[in-house]
Amino acid sequence: MEFLSNVINGISLGSIYAIIALGYTMVYGIAKMLNFAHGDVIMVGAYVCFFMTSRYNMPAVVGILLSMFVCTVLGIVIERLAYKPLRQATSLAVLITAIGMSYFLQNGAQLLWTSNPKVFKSVVGDGGVQLTEGLYVSHVTLVTIAVCVIIMIALTVFTGKSKMGKAMRACSEDKGAAQLMGINVNTTISITFAIGSALAAIAGVLLCSAYPNLVPTTGSMPGIKAFTAAVFGGIGSIPGALIGGILLGIIEIFAKAYISTEISDAIVFAVLIVVLLVKPTGLLGKKISEKV
Amino acid sequence: MAMLEVNNINVFYGSIHAVKDISFKVEKGEIISLIGANGAGKTTILQTVSGLLKSTTGSITFNGQDLMHIPAHKIVGHGLAQVPEGRRVFLQMSVMENLELGAYTQPKNTIDHNLEIVFEHFPRLKERRTQVAGTLSGGEQQMLAMGRAMMSNPTLLMLDEPSMGLAPILVDEIFKIIVELNKAGVTILLVEQNAQMALSIANRGYVLETGKVVMTADAKELLNDDSVRKAYLGA
Repeated sequence: MEFLSNVINGISLGSIYAIIALGYTMVYGIAKMLNFAHGDVIMVGAYVCFFMTSRYNMPAVVGILLSMFVCTVLGIVIERLAYKPLRQATSLAVLITAIGMSYFLQNGAQLLWTSNPKVFKSVVGDGGVQLTEGLYVSHVTLVTIAVCVIIMIALTVFTGKSKMGKAMRACSEDKGAAQLMGINVNTTISITFAIGSALAAIAGVLLCSAYPNLVPTTGSMPGIKAFTAAVFGGIGSIPGALIGGILLGIIEIFAKAYISTEISDAIVFAVLIVVLLVKPTGLLGKKISEKV
Repeated sequence: MAMLEVNNINVFYGSIHAVKDISFKVEKGEIISLIGANGAGKTTILQTVSGLLKSTTGSITFNGQDLMHIPAHKIVGHGLAQVPEGRRVFLQMSVMENLELGAYTQPKNTIDHNLEIVFEHFPRLKERRTQVAGTLSGGEQQMLAMGRAMMSNPTLLMLDEPSMGLAPILVDEIFKIIVELNKAGVTILLVEQNAQMALSIANRGYVLETGKVVMTADAKELLNDDSVRKAYLGA
């Protein structure tokens, strides 16, 4: 039973990683850049929800929706101000800008909201379900998994069937050819950032509902782990983000439960290194031929 | 006024002057061929017309409309479609999805009609419509690239090296379709290294050398011109 409980907790943690990883992987797929500020958008989302629900006593739904709205706008603004002017620049310049943006958001949060930890009130309450004897699962855990499944299905349908989704896939394959079709590449990139950032808000709320300690660096470690998950699953691939995220969550929980809490992060990253040595493109990644 | 008028364009790649003061025009209903060796600037010219590259000087007008100052993605909506060099179909998407993307700027109710026309010219694409484009042969991919461009219902179709990498029998087939499309009312601007083929179907031709137009005449004249024969037709 303890084993099963660990698996469920691993899937739940992994679901959060997967939702964050989607933001990394979609942006990478289309803009071919690693948005390292993505983790910090999660933190902003969590703060917005915290203030709405704890400070202003609004219902959780309002907190979540507002948090999604703020993050969507934030994502679009970050892209327009920081990344768009670098569309023709080297990828290293963009990467450094993204890291700079990450620190900017963290320090901005510290300035606005201080570094005193806030206790985040779970948006789904504190209760849980006794599934069978010895197997108790909290509401947050179940809701997190359910939300992840819904997001995955919605995104798969969106990219597979909708006109915008197809335009996104076209841009990720060949921006020049996409423009010849009449697709506005800048708009498509903005929409990708918007979707990724809205998902980051959801991930922030779920993360802090499960781990209530909210500080300006809250998004940083999960962000890096979700990036790891995206690379693990094959960056650019949406199902890859799901598989990478869930596997990473399970590995982390198992490492904590059976090996050591202190070195669980080290184990997570060690697994990544091994996977990349064996399969450099990640589990579902396609071979990328870099054009120079 | 010609359908497409290109006047004195200059295009640079960094410090490389790829297109030098080039002017040409395409009249409605014509087939125009731009011929020349690798590096003559043919592809650069087409990419500049379709807005992917920018000229520092001159003007490009299409039916009187200025094309130089509108973003690349807006150009196809004016009835000017490009089949890019190397086909550049969306390899991970199905034939049908590629064709749908070709009609991205078209109102929904015209898509079925355009699709019918494309399948008429390219029956092979109809057979393969559920197949992923990356699994098609080179010739089929060329047909898909052309079909995709035709989905935008263009009045001017620009083709960049449609014969590249194809077996002679397929080249014949592709060129037969180009003539068919022209007869159906589509004006054609063709860029080719295969000068013989390109001139044999064209009304007029422009000969390019290192970014400059060195000769222009009726296609028949060019086919019989000694210097052109020597340089491009292997005679």
